[in-house]
Amino acid sequence: MSAETPLWEVFIRPRNGLSHRHVGSVHAADEVLAIQAARDVYTRRGEGLSIWVVPSAAITASDPDAKGEMFEPAESKIYRHPTFYDIPDEVGHM
Amino acid sequence: MSTRDTLFQLLIRLADDHLILGHRLSEWCGHAPILEEDLALANMGLDCIGQARALYALAAEREGKGRSEDDLAYLREERGFRNLLLVERPNRDFAQTMLRQLYFAAFMKPWWAAASQSADADLAALAARAEKEAAYHLRHAAEWTIRLGDGTEESARRMRDAVEELHPYTPELFEADETTMALAAAGLAPDPAALRPEWEATIARVFAEAGLTAPEIRYPLTGGRRGLHTEALGHLLAPMQYLRRAHPGATW
Repeated sequence: MSAETPLWEVFIRPRNGLSHRHVGSVHAADEVLAIQAARDVYTRRGEGLSIWVVPSAAITASDPDAKGEMFEPAESKIYRHPTFYDIPDEVGHM
Repeated sequence: MSTRDTLFQLLIRLADDHLILGHRLSEWCGHAPILEEDLALANMGLDCIGQARALYALAAEREGKGRSEDDLAYLREERGFRNLLLVERPNRDFAQTMLRQLYFAAFMKPWWAAASQSADADLAALAARAEKEAAYHLRHAAEWTIRLGDGTEESARRMRDAVEELHPYTPELFEADETTMALAAAGLAPDPAALRPEWEATIARVFAEAGLTAPEIRYPLTGGRRGLHTEALGHLLAPMQYLRRAHPGATW
């Protein structure tokens, strides 16, 4: 099945002002059917206003074995977090 | 026949089309070739059944005899149903199911578009919502028809078989009779015959991409609007109506 119907990653924009978010994946023969499948699987309860699909094969992922050197160095740098001042409500989503 | 009765006739025809097709689509639930399509078919089935409910409710109100949408759906017999023969045809395979949807949606999309201008405000409001659902059904079924028709040797053969089997049922879509003519004259509902050129253009566009040819129809198969059905309808109604008939008045 995977030869004829490759996997696609699905991104949905929930409402105006928010960016597309990854929601899951679908199998489909091409990009047109992938959009339809994403619509039928992931927007049944009015979740979305826009859909992106991306071939899963086009995604380059970080190496799980390298997560120590990739991510642990950031854990000890508390001064990088913008937690020392208040963000006004009017700014909205950041 | 009064305009009220004529409109009731039309609403019942339309509601029966959508209930029967919706039930056919529901039969795929749990059996579709892939999960994505299982949901897509169930979504379309629910669209159809939702439209049927609204149409039955409107018909029952226009009739004014105290019948409910459930009475109309579950307590009429085979000969009382006025749906097109096309929508009662069995699912058989995915190609037949998609082609049946294509034929019906290619007709209903312009029908709803025209009906949204109906002099009956309730029907017009219902039509405006249903048109968007029909537009998606048309898009979905057309894309699949193109891919199956222009796909593998087997998918192309199944699509050609489906066309051979279902095409003779399509002239019934455009049949005019006293009911449709009276309602068209009164500006209450579209004249089905007038929608034929748009339907034929839609099918020709899809078939050209799919590598399919519409066969010449020697013997059009018709009769649903008069309650004369194929043997398939009774087998559909039996499981659909069983619960309501076995437990009269049951609620859930």
